[in-house]
This record gives sequence, C-alpha cells and structure tokens, in this order.
Amino acid sequence: MTTATRLFGSAIKRREDPRFITGKGTYVDDVKLPGTTHAVFVRSPHAHARIKSVNTAKAKSAPGIVAVFTGQDVQTGPLPCAWLLPGIKIPPRPVLAQGKVRYVGEPVAIVIAESAYAAKDAAELVDVQYEPLPAVVDCQKAHAKSASQLFDDVPENQSFDWSIGDKAKTDDAFKAAAVVVKQRLVNQRLITNAIEPRACAASYAPATGDLTLWVTSQNPHVARLLIAAFVLGMPEHKMRVIAPDVGGGFGSKIPVYNEEVAVCWASKALGRPVKWTAERRESFLTDAHGRDHLTEAEMAFDRSGKILGFRVATHANLGAYLSTMGSLVPSYLYGPLLSGVYTIPAIFCRVWGVLTNTAPTDALRGAGRPEATYMIERLMDLAARTLNMDPVELRKKNFIPADKFPYQTPVAFVYDSGNYGPALDKALEMVGYRKMREEQEKARKNGQYLGIGLSTYIEACGPAPSSVAGALGAQAGLWESALLRVHPTGMVTVFTGSHSHGQGHETTFAQLVADDLGIPMEQVEVVHGDTGSVPFGMGTYGSRSAAVGGSAIYTSLQKIKEKGRKIAAHLLEAAEGDLLYEGGKWSVKGSPDRAKAFGEVALMAYLAHNLPQGMEPGLEVTSFYDPVNFTFPFGTHIAVVEVDPETGHVKILRYVAVDDVGKVINPMIVDGMVHGGITHGVGQALWEWGAYDDQGQLLSATMMDYALPKADQLPSYETARTVTPSPVNPIGVKGAGETGTIASTPAIANAVLDALAPFGVTHIDLPLTPSRIWQAVKAAKK
Amino acid sequence: MKRQIKVTINGVGYSHEVEPRLLLVHYIRDVVGLTGTHIGCDTSQCGACTILLNGMAIKCCTMLAVQADGAEILTIEGVAKDGHLHPIQEGFWEKHGLQCGYCTPGMILAAYQLLQRSPNPSEAEIRHNLEGNLCRCTGYHNIVKSIQYAAQKMAGR
Ligand code: FES
Ligand code: FES
Repeated sequence: MTTATRLFGSAIKRREDPRFITGKGTYVDDVKLPGTTHAVFVRSPHAHARIKSVNTAKAKSAPGIVAVFTGQDVQTGPLPCAWLLPGIKIPPRPVLAQGKVRYVGEPVAIVIAESAYAAKDAAELVDVQYEPLPAVVDCQKAHAKSASQLFDDVPENQSFDWSIGDKAKTDDAFKAAAVVVKQRLVNQRLITNAIEPRACAASYAPATGDLTLWVTSQNPHVARLLIAAFVLGMPEHKMRVIAPDVGGGFGSKIPVYNEEVAVCWASKALGRPVKWTAERRESFLTDAHGRDHLTEAEMAFDRSGKILGFRVATHANLGAYLSTMGSLVPSYLYGPLLSGVYTIPAIFCRVWGVLTNTAPTDALRGAGRPEATYMIERLMDLAARTLNMDPVELRKKNFIPADKFPYQTPVAFVYDSGNYGPALDKALEMVGYRKMREEQEKARKNGQYLGIGLSTYIEACGPAPSSVAGALGAQAGLWESALLRVHPTGMVTVFTGSHSHGQGHETTFAQLVADDLGIPMEQVEVVHGDTGSVPFGMGTYGSRSAAVGGSAIYTSLQKIKEKGRKIAAHLLEAAEGDLLYEGGKWSVKGSPDRAKAFGEVALMAYLAHNLPQGMEPGLEVTSFYDPVNFTFPFGTHIAVVEVDPETGHVKILRYVAVDDVGKVINPMIVDGMVHGGITHGVGQALWEWGAYDDQGQLLSATMMDYALPKADQLPSYETARTVTPSPVNPIGVKGAGETGTIASTPAIANAVLDALAPFGVTHIDLPLTPSRIWQAVKAAKK
Repeated sequence: MKRQIKVTINGVGYSHEVEPRLLLVHYIRDVVGLTGTHIGCDTSQCGACTILLNGMAIKCCTMLAVQADGAEILTIEGVAKDGHLHPIQEGFWEKHGLQCGYCTPGMILAAYQLLQRSPNPSEAEIRHNLEGNLCRCTGYHNIVKSIQYAAQKMAGR
C-alpha cells in the first residue's frame, strides 16, 4: 500500500479529459433519441397574476405540432421540498401553473413538436390571458401584513421562522460588551450560470412501462425517487435516470425542476421521446437562484478584542415556491456556521424564510456558508477598525486554539479538526503582509489606494449523519453508496453514487482504489450517473464526494480485501493473520515468495473450485457509508486590490489562498477547484447580481446584464495548503469544491473597503460595482 | 423555402437543404451531428460555440447556416490530426485546463486563433483574448497555463 510514489496524493492527469478535449463528451443535449419530439415551454411574463384563460387551439394546428398540454392536463403531485423545518409552510408547487403564476418564467404550458423550431413557433400561438396582481420582490417588504400574498394560506408570506443558539445568553453577552459592531448586510441574489444549460430528454416505452430520463442532474437517484414516487406516482424501479456528462452544477442541478417532470409526463402521454434544452434566458429566469439575504448582524467584544457574542437576524428570500433544498440552505447550512473559526461564547440567529414573486432559491456554490462567512468576516474587519487593531491580530486573538478539537460550537456543530494559525501565517508570509502594509502606506501618499483583505473561513462539507439530519427535518439520508465489482481478471469497476459534473471522480476515485489495492490505475474504472447500473446514491452536493463517496468506496475496498485475504490464506494454507497485503498481493509474512496476486485471488473467487468452506463465490461488495460528522475545511485567503476612487474601478493585484482541506487525493484537481471557487466568490464580491425590479421583472436576464467573471478581470492565483486530516472519515479528506467561494467574497470585500478606509467608507453592499464605490466615496467626501 | 448549402467541415464536404433561419450551430450539431460544438448561451456571449470559419474564430450560435454556404469550417472534432492531439489540446490536458469540459471546445478554438495570430502571447494577451469565452469551473487560471504550454510546445521549446 505504501509504495514509493503513491497514487493517493499524486497530481495525475484526468482520464476524462481525452473525450472532452476532442469534442466527444456526451451531454444531455447531445443525446439524440430516434423519433424524438421537442418541447418548448410557454412561460409567465408576469411576476404575479391570475390566469384567466389559456387558449391552445391555434397552437394545436401549427405545422409540425405534436401536442400542447397545460396545467389542466398535467395533473401530478407537486414538486417536493425535501427539508421540513418546524412549523414550515410548503405551498404546493405545480409542474405547470394552476390558476395563478407567481414568478416571471413560471411554466404555464408545454408545447411539443417535431422540431425545436416548430415547437417555438407554436408556443407563440398559445394565448394566455392574465389578470396581473401586485408583486412582492424584496423579502423584508414581503414579510408584512400589508404585503400582497402569494398564497392565501401563507400569511405575511412567511414559510418558516427558524432560529438556532441561545437567545438569553447572547443578549446577556451584549449587555456586558465594551464594543458592539453592527451592520446591515445585503447578500445579493446570484444566478448560478453553469455554462451548460439545463436539459432533459424522456423516453417512455409503452410495451414495458419503463421510463428513461436523461437529465442534467447532480443527483440522479434523488431525482428518480422524487419524480417517480412523489410527483408522477409511478413505481420507482420502472424509471431510470441518466445524468451523463454534465457541464457544471454548482448547486443549480440539485433540485427537481418542472421541465424534467413535464417531459416525463408528456412522453408517457404520447408514447414518444420528448426533449427540452433551456435557452440561456430560461436558465436565468428558472434555474434555482442563490443567496438573497437581508441581515442585521451585530457582534459584541470586550475591551481587548475578545468576541463575547454574535446576534443575527436574517430575512431569506425563498422565491415563489420552496425549491428541493430551499429551506435547508438558509437554515441548517447557515446558522450553524456562525461561529466561524472563532471562540464565540454566545450566538443567536433567527431566520425568516419568506416567499416572494421571484425564482425559487436553492443551493449555489457554498449554499449558506458563504452567507455566514461573509457576515462574520465583514464584522471582524469592522470590529478591527473600531477597536483600532490590525485585522490579523484580532483574528488570531479569537481563533479556536488548536488543542480544543473536536470543538463544540454554540450552534450545534462539532468541528472535527483544525489548526487555524499556521494557515493564516502561511498566507501572511506568501503575501508579505508587513511589506504590503508599508507599500499601502506609501501608495496612499501618492494618491493610490491599495487594499488588503483577509478572510479566515470555515467550511462544512459532507452533511451528516443521516439520523441527525432526519431529526432536523431531512427527507433523505446523507450517506453514499459504492459498489465495487472485481471481475475474474482482476479488473475493478467502481459504481459510485457520487456524481461528477467537473470534479474528476473518474480519476480521483480510480486513484483511491488503485492505491489501496496496489494495482495499476488502468485496472480500475469508475461508473457514475446512471440509476440503471449504480446502487441508490445521494449524488454530489456540499463538497461531499471525497469525504462521503470516497469513504464509501474505501469501506467496500476493505470488505473486498477481507474476502480476498480469506481466499488467499486458504490457497496458501496459511493463517489469515500471517498474511500481508502489499503491492497488489497477499504474501506470508517472512516468506514473500509464498504469495497470491490480487488477480489470481479474483479468478479463484469466480472459479470457485477451491474456496474456504461455506464461502460464496464472486468478489463484489456494495457499501452504504453514513458519515458520523461533517468535515470542516478552513483556511486564509488574502486579496490585494487597487481601487480607483475617481472611477470606482477595482483591480485585483494579488490573490493568495491557503486552504486546509484535509488529505488530498489529487492536488492538481483540488487546485483547480480552488481556482474556480475563488472566481465564483470574486464574482459575487464585484460583479454578479440577480436583480429584479419592483414589478418582479428580472433585470439581469442575459449574460450581457449579469456580469460573470471573465479571464481579463482576474489575476493568476497563488495557492498553498496546510494539511490537517479529518478524523471523522477513514481517508482523512475534507472537501474542496466550495472553499474558494466561501473565502473569496469577504476577502475581496474587505480588501476594497480597506482601500477606501482613508475616505472613511466603512461599508458598501455587494456587489462592489464601480458606481457603488464611486457613490460611496463621493458621499463620504461630503 | 429550403435552400441548398455546401460546407466543408474538418475536411469533409457536406451538402444539405436547410431552412433559411437555421442557426449554424444547430446545423453543425443536429444536421451534421457533430455535437462537440456546444451551446451555452445562444446569444453570442459565452463562446462555447466557437468554431473557425474560413480561419476566423466565430460564435456559430449567431450565424445562419445559409451564411456559411461555401465555407471551410473547423470544429473541435477536427483539431486533432491523425490521432495526434493538437498542442493546445495537450496543453488543456497537461495543465488541467478543464473541469466539466463544456466550455472547452470553444476555449480551444479561441486559443487556436490566438496562437495563429500571436505565437508567443503574454499572460495579459491570453486573458484579453479569452474575454469572449466564459468558463464557470476553472477560474481561467489553468486555461491560461494550458495556452502557455501550447505556445511553448508549438514554438518547439
Ligand atoms: S452559445 Fe454561442 S456564444 Fe454562447
Ligand atoms: S470547464 Fe466547466 S465551464 Fe469551463
């Protein structure tokens, strides 16, 4: 196992790449089913309206038309919300609008034709008459008696009122405080924008009753369960969901969406395949959005800068309906993160989940943790300024000490492991912190405004364990499956319930298996994304694939080796305890020539001519691994920016990231995820904003209006790692898919506000666009 | 009202009757069946559909198939020659210039034109030239490295 160069930990080139760089990937829109029809959706142009009538007569006689269905035809169960908070109201979310529309883009009818062009023409002919109603967009305004209501039985549009922590203790902490910093913070709405738009193709076979759905999903089994059992009401085992190559998810491909169900329903109704691919405008209007919090946050300190308490009140905008994980993201993925990397004796957080006439919100890279981290890290910088301390010093003073792990926070989490000082020190050294501060001083004298921004963050990956999640309202388990099939030739196929949509599991999981078995990677293949071959799995979200999916694979590996050892011992006529497994073979301790290679044992397992008494033939194992706890990556990011106060333009000069994601299977892949993650968070800090007007029209509904980060706006990143293995899983990994996003938004925001300190600007809400910066500087100068 | 068009894609001649409104990207993907060219935005902002048309990098979601009549087209499927990866493809593989792979064909073709015009581009030049190609996965960091790798390789360094 411990050979000179281990596969675990090596920067091995990805085996999925050859198909992608030659144009041979298979994404959902590339799937061409014989005889397929094409769907286009008629969508609401209103944010809130009563549907007076839908006339489909003209559309039904358009050239190439196959069928038109409305909410009256498509009678199914509502789209589910899979996390039930105490007292939560989950108004039904129909597949196609029933009586009312509640956000711009909500599907009203599905138009199906022989070609996508014909379907689009026919969709133009569907005549929907609406009676517009007043719209509510701002979640604080929507949360009022006088506000227009989306649902008759959801007063004040409040879906839930959730809290965590100790209110009385926190209030007391504030009474004892020497210094209190307080800030209203907007965490603006974001739109995910995976570059591959959502797509689905359903094919129903009337002869057998089997339904196959190809869909851009991060969790095909969950999609199958929810769609078959809860929405369509058909036997789950008669449905197969395939999520082939998927072009990025970032959370937006977790939920079950209207269109996926509609094409399934229509394919059953028509007995023909039905396919739909979103146009980018539809992605903007109907992919689950993220964030959108309005928060009042305050932190109490003693004179020396020690944190005494943290109090948070958040209005979370859920959109018009609860998306699949819409209730989880602003509650349990948010409040429990509020201790950050700091010792905070008392925390109280209250969250109102409010429905508005906007697209439903759900997970978006980081999902709750960026919202929490942005708030904590902004308050730390505000406090440093108030206390007249260096932001580094204030952070160090409050870090949870390395000898306090596992650490119980006042908001439910028990942190698995951590050592925050070294990551911070490494980042400071890389950026040359002291020198940077001097340069900043000098530059200011020359009328140049440099800013240095820190963020010392915590992340929580791989939600766990299932029993606790269940007690907290989860309608699903949080485990992962792994089927390891060893073939008679010693080749291994790994069927993982995790799903890769860019993460590179085909490579990393093969590394993990080949490393543990001591066999060449070429002997290992990884299969994912098809409920037809993979055992039930939970898919990929919350940076869980390595920690939970990887641990499931590891568990199967141990069982395979256990059986293999028994067979080898039998064949070698040795005691099991005398065998050593190394370099792909079992040998008798002290006499390395008496050995059986992995492949020989595999063959014997299938020949079954000479197995230990009572042993079943074959060599394959399925494990379901339920994690005992989350893992908690952490680190320090430092951004150095230059702000032009005359134009409000921000230039990122340097970006240093030191992350601790536990053990690393493939450093190249982890670095890549960190780069992408940082960029996503930079986008939130500086440019991205899913903006609605007061009428509920999405103002940023194209890539022209919604500013995604581009290559020429970014620097190359300087990355490094510290390694604090996680003790909660057998492979010591934590998770790396979202750390960058969680860390970078506050690092950039803090840097920009640090640059503007000479003007007395203390806070600007995200995104820090040139116009906002310019206005803040102008207002401060007055 | 269909019109006959003739194009050469990756050295192979095609001739089809198409609707005048058919977008070139749909022609390539759905009529010819080369699905390596992707659609990310259908509004010429993301660059996923970048191809070379008569040697020029263009976004084929914003061109009609009939406008391409008589053109020579290079798509991602034609970039490798005789089973050998092009240095740009190699660069993306070596330097981990892709994750989900969806933007990748467009990135590779944008880089193809860049390196034709400027065989030894600076980092700033590379970043500037990728301004019309969006990637949500990589943060561009390794895409820049991939193109630098290709430039070196193509210069025989
Ligand atoms: S699909 Fe053509 S530029 Fe986006
Ligand atoms: S690799 Fe996924 S969008 Fe670029």
